[in-house]
Amino acid sequence: MRWFRLRAVPVISVLLALIVVWYVAAVWMNSQWTLDQAARAETTPGFTEIVKDTMVQERPKLPAPHQVAVSFYDLVFDKKVTSKRSLVYHAWVTLSATLFGFAIGTGLGIALALGIVHNRAMDMSVMPWAIASQTIPILAIAPMIIVVLNSIGITGLVPKAVISAYLSFFPVVVGMVAGLRSPDAMQLDLMKTYNASATQVLFKLRLPASMPFLFASLKVGIAAALVGAVVGELPVQQGGLGARLLGGSYYGQTIQMWAALFMAAILAAVLVFIVARVEAGVLKRMGMAR
Amino acid sequence: MSAIDDSGTGGMSAPRWRLFAPILLILAAGAVNWRAGVIVALWLLAWSINLVLARRGGQARRILVPVIFGLSVLLIWELAVRFFAVPGVILPPPSAIADRIAASLPILWGDFVQTVIKGALSGYVMGCGAAVAVAVLIDRSPFLQRGLLPVANFAAALPIVGTAPILVMWFGFDWHSKAAVVIVMVFFPMLVNTMAGLQSAEAMQRDLMRTYGAGYWQTLVKLRFPAAMPFMFNGLKICTTLALIGAIVAEFFGSPVRGMGFRISTEVGRLGLDMVWAEITVAALAGSAFYGLVAMIERGVTFWHPSQRR
Repeated sequence: MRWFRLRAVPVISVLLALIVVWYVAAVWMNSQWTLDQAARAETTPGFTEIVKDTMVQERPKLPAPHQVAVSFYDLVFDKKVTSKRSLVYHAWVTLSATLFGFAIGTGLGIALALGIVHNRAMDMSVMPWAIASQTIPILAIAPMIIVVLNSIGITGLVPKAVISAYLSFFPVVVGMVAGLRSPDAMQLDLMKTYNASATQVLFKLRLPASMPFLFASLKVGIAAALVGAVVGELPVQQGGLGARLLGGSYYGQTIQMWAALFMAAILAAVLVFIVARVEAGVLKRMGMAR
Repeated sequence: MSAIDDSGTGGMSAPRWRLFAPILLILAAGAVNWRAGVIVALWLLAWSINLVLARRGGQARRILVPVIFGLSVLLIWELAVRFFAVPGVILPPPSAIADRIAASLPILWGDFVQTVIKGALSGYVMGCGAAVAVAVLIDRSPFLQRGLLPVANFAAALPIVGTAPILVMWFGFDWHSKAAVVIVMVFFPMLVNTMAGLQSAEAMQRDLMRTYGAGYWQTLVKLRFPAAMPFMFNGLKICTTLALIGAIVAEFFGSPVRGMGFRISTEVGRLGLDMVWAEITVAALAGSAFYGLVAMIERGVTFWHPSQRR
């Protein structure tokens, strides 16, 4: 009950307030079109008529929440999953590229972090660049990767996964290096007194100690991977949530865009949630839960 | 440095294979193709210089080693493209990119102004300013804080770039829509960090302010804002990259005939990859400079914080 009062009530009130603001904004932004139509028909609608009309427009500037919800339900549940009109199909296109790229990026990131921690020359050569790359808008290269890979005959899932991998790679490297370095001198000395080899230090001390850092980076990485996949879908219209967003903006299908946007948001939330659950489970098992 | 270093370089203690393996590798690559042999040899040469520098060098190695690494990557890129005649529409050599940059400085400058100054910077200032203002406004209401913090945390993880096409429809093709995307992108990370920062002054310090008879605003300005600065600068630094990403990606959805995102997407379509790489170079420089600038201001403002002490 205490949890409910302190946590749920404030969050729910904020969300409700947001929905109210959204409705007001929808009326305000869509009323212009209603008034234009009325002027053309030479009628003067009353206030209630304006409000009513702003809720049901075909191509509103800002669709009302219930319009988005209805469209979302329709596109998700009432369409066959394999149909190209189904949002589930497009979400799957995006999700598969995201997960594939995330797996590659994470794997390579951990591998590079291991190299950096075990080899000082590699550390000094690569690490400054890895850190600097965090300040660079890497996403800008997405269209180039897509088009170049397309031109040498690689299409579909792989180019998007490359972008996702690239985006999730650097956070994992930086976080994992910090994690593998997190054991303090005392712990490393203890391993030395045990006559532990570098491999043993890695598996018994460094890797376990790096887990909290790894999961923090994974949460950043998977969100970045999803953004990468969505942006990677812009240049070629071959399905996916990014393609739905761009297609919607070409044809003024605002309701469809909002539905796709919500799908992307839900996808991101679910992915981050899954990583957070795995994190909680792993850390608990290892006795590191906070 | 807690790095374990088991990379033997020269010396009598190194196992023999460590000396012969590179030579074998060069010979093997050279046997397949002499050009590949040259490239492998160059790479190993640069790498062994770095190995020696990493072991013996003085203070200068902190800069020297990454610079040598970067230069060797560029050199090998150049040689690989030339030796294997990679078409320019797939990967132009660095020299061609440099030529392109030198030849089209006015265009690059125009794009930089459109995207970074007008789009990213104005959105960054407005978005971060709004986030700080909201954080201060809800500071006195624990109810709103408890409600807004989870929502903001959640929103900070969402793919907000996706709102770009919608905002471009609302605010038109010019920089206003880019600034709007940037505002939405930087708002939540900045809000979360500012809220955390405002909570960071300790109870003891607040008590001290109370014993001085300081009011709410005095406490805010003299204690809690200064205490919040490390957190706020953390947010400001994260937001520099987000701002550039937002401004560039928003241009993929429509823009006037200038801007970095516009140039990238149209030149990609015309297979003018040297121009694309030139824009990416500018974007990288702008990103690093923007971040560096904020980090410098941070150094000046939070000189008292342990992380800034030398």
